[in-house]
Amino acid sequence: MSIKLSMQRLILAGATAFALSAGAAAIAAEDMPPLPHHEWSFQGPFGTYDRAAAQRGFQVYKEVCSACHSMNLLYYRNLTELGLTEDQAKAIAAEVQVPALSDDGSPIERPGRLSDHFKAPFPNELAAAAANGGKAPPDLSVIVKAREGGPNYVYGILTGYVPYDKLTPEQIKEFNVSKDDNFNLHFLGHRIAMPAPLADDKVTYVDGTKATLQQEASDVVTFLAWASEPHLEARNRTGIRAILFMLALAGLMYATKRAIWADKH
Amino acid sequence: MASSHGAPPVFNNKVIAWIDHRLPIFSYIEKEYHTFPTPRNFNYFWNFGAIATVMLVLMIATGVVLATNYQPNAELAFNSVERIMRDVPSGWLIRYLHMNGASFFFIAVYIHIFRGLYYGSYKAPRELLWILGVVILLLMMATAFMGYVLPWGQMSFWGATVITNLFSAIPVVGDSIVTWLWGGFAVDNPTLNRFFALHYLLPFIIVAVVALHVVALHVHGSNNPLGIDPKGPQDTVPFHPYYTMKDGFGVVCFLIVYALFVFFMPNTLGDVANYIPANPLVTPNEIVPEWYFLPFYAILRAIPDKLGGVICMFGAIAVLFALPWLDTSRVRSCTFRPIYKWFVLLLVADVILLGICGAHPPEGWYVPASRLATVYYFFHFLILLPVLGKIERPLPLPSSIAEAVLKKKAG
Amino acid sequence: MASSSIPAGDHGDPTRRDFLMVATGAMGAVGAIAVAWPFINNLNPAADTLALSTTEIDVKSIAVGQAVTVKWRGKPVFIRHRTKEEIKEAEDVKLSELPDPETDNARVTDLAKKVRPEWLIVIGVCTHLGCVPLGNKPGDPRGEYGGWFCPCHGSQYDTSGRIRKGPAPKNLAVPGYLFTTDTLVRIG
Repeated sequence: MSIKLSMQRLILAGATAFALSAGAAAIAAEDMPPLPHHEWSFQGPFGTYDRAAAQRGFQVYKEVCSACHSMNLLYYRNLTELGLTEDQAKAIAAEVQVPALSDDGSPIERPGRLSDHFKAPFPNELAAAAANGGKAPPDLSVIVKAREGGPNYVYGILTGYVPYDKLTPEQIKEFNVSKDDNFNLHFLGHRIAMPAPLADDKVTYVDGTKATLQQEASDVVTFLAWASEPHLEARNRTGIRAILFMLALAGLMYATKRAIWADKH
Repeated sequence: MASSHGAPPVFNNKVIAWIDHRLPIFSYIEKEYHTFPTPRNFNYFWNFGAIATVMLVLMIATGVVLATNYQPNAELAFNSVERIMRDVPSGWLIRYLHMNGASFFFIAVYIHIFRGLYYGSYKAPRELLWILGVVILLLMMATAFMGYVLPWGQMSFWGATVITNLFSAIPVVGDSIVTWLWGGFAVDNPTLNRFFALHYLLPFIIVAVVALHVVALHVHGSNNPLGIDPKGPQDTVPFHPYYTMKDGFGVVCFLIVYALFVFFMPNTLGDVANYIPANPLVTPNEIVPEWYFLPFYAILRAIPDKLGGVICMFGAIAVLFALPWLDTSRVRSCTFRPIYKWFVLLLVADVILLGICGAHPPEGWYVPASRLATVYYFFHFLILLPVLGKIERPLPLPSSIAEAVLKKKAG
Repeated sequence: MASSSIPAGDHGDPTRRDFLMVATGAMGAVGAIAVAWPFINNLNPAADTLALSTTEIDVKSIAVGQAVTVKWRGKPVFIRHRTKEEIKEAEDVKLSELPDPETDNARVTDLAKKVRPEWLIVIGVCTHLGCVPLGNKPGDPRGEYGGWFCPCHGSQYDTSGRIRKGPAPKNLAVPGYLFTTDTLVRIG
């Protein structure tokens, strides 16, 4: 192949890529507002989960989110790690009916136990999709680890809804928003299938905390972060010990190495 | 190389002496790891061989333990990894050690390769030593790629799809090869199953090649920062305790950085999409391989032709096999190569630039940048290296390692 | 194997010995290949995988202008009920403009050689590196040519699933399919 031809192809391909980048920019993340920066109890090497917030967050999940979103990787027994007593966790498990087999092999339902998974709102993904306009709501077990931005992203989505009448004409035009669409500041493309799930006083907290939208969102994100990474506290603890130990060992080794090399340097 | 061919060691312990008389493993250890004469002037870059070995052992140990709980089945794989993370005692630790260990194994090996490049460790008589090293790199890449598929997340699935599809660029038989690799008509359960089998097998093949790499190393001994051969005992020290302790110190320092990632940012080097279970009907917005593949991925995408891109990507590694013969310089170490020294550093910058391009969608300035960087990569090895070796005037070499060390100490 | 020359020694007839060496070596090589083949072939698709290779779909419910994705051999297959405009657009393209020239007619012919231009059935796998192009769902970007747009590396396909722009070398593949009735199509 001649060099001229390949140069032409190179330039052509470059131009294509440029045109593409211009086109794709409209749906790319460049025009997204920055995610809110929330102070989380579980941040940093000394972070721990705020148990009270996580328990409130579980209440939000149970009363609101769980109507559509499964958490298939969690078991009712895990709730004791949130600070609930075993009896409380048992009672929560017993609220649901799970499929089982009777002694003669016929399908029955029995109350949930600690060893059961969180009951999913739909029997399978197809049913979930069919009941939700064609797109199954994602499982929330590891959602905080599965999204760029982690807890701030989930918090941003939960608090980022803008009602249709508050949108500027430019936003409506640029993102092709209709009255039936849900507009979310932090969702890629802004039109999101999920209607705003939380609002002020959507739940009544058992511990008396005032249920503002922000409070609910930060509580449920704390719960979801715990669900995504239940061993974070043990990890932090172990990490600090391991690193301190290795620093000491490294110091000792360096001193020994210096002593050994003293006659060679 | 001046090795101390003294009398065979005498073992006082009767059991050891009895065994050694029949199977001389203790004599071997004594000779190769204790009295072995090693240049006295290593810098800390020489630690990375030992560090890479430690990482290999760590990866095999964590991998074997993980395999006792992992399920290589498309229906179960994702949840079995999550079960390891949640329910299996210390599972989260072993899994994060393995996951980040892959990255840190590559970090160690890439630094080890850079050291070889900079100090001319690939030059005669160490060509085969270098080639065995490149074979290890290739095996590592294959192992890492298949390992990344095992959690069966979105990036696992689509990474596997994109990379196996590279073989469809081969004319005529490409599609049959891809079907054969998959064991089906798409990346699916048979693919996952065989990738697991191979991911378990390949590390042991790596161990075998590493053994050859070490045997080859011990024939002529290590290169050193000056790139000149030791001339006598005054130029060397016994491997133990001098380098066992120095390597040990280096290993622990490296492990501290590794531990920072494992314990405090275990998912930073990974991709969030891999916490979404694989879905063959939905492609993630952007498919990015693990960071250690990014420079090669950038080369693949820099070429607008599919087959050409695939050839260049594999060529980027293939060219390393020819490196000992492409370098025409008489001098090994860049310490004495005033011009080439800067080009080696430029090559490092070039590979980093390729890595950055590989991490972003091929749009805007990333396209010309990745092309330019690809051109330089091949220019460096295929043109610059042979030509520069002929025209560059090296600095005068010291007459011996001891002389250089003592001069440095005095000055 | 056995191709290296045997030093013609003092013992025996060198030509006869050479012949025997070559024959034995060749026989050995055949044996080695015969043994290697089952190992290589073992990695090919198994019978149960092959058995899943046909699927039947009722297309009655797909309205004009709509498209659905069905799974076939683990891959998505796009079935699009094309509008008159889309058909015309696909038919009017000059073959010389196409990177992978193919008439629209040839792409909407089933295994019984019957042409049904209203139904376009293609494998929804980008011929570049195997991603699933967007364009089946309402609201998906369809690219400049009204067909499909691949989000991975930006390939664009027209209303006949032919590649028009971007790095993909070939058109979206048309699987072998047969309309068993007017609304029932068997793929594979």
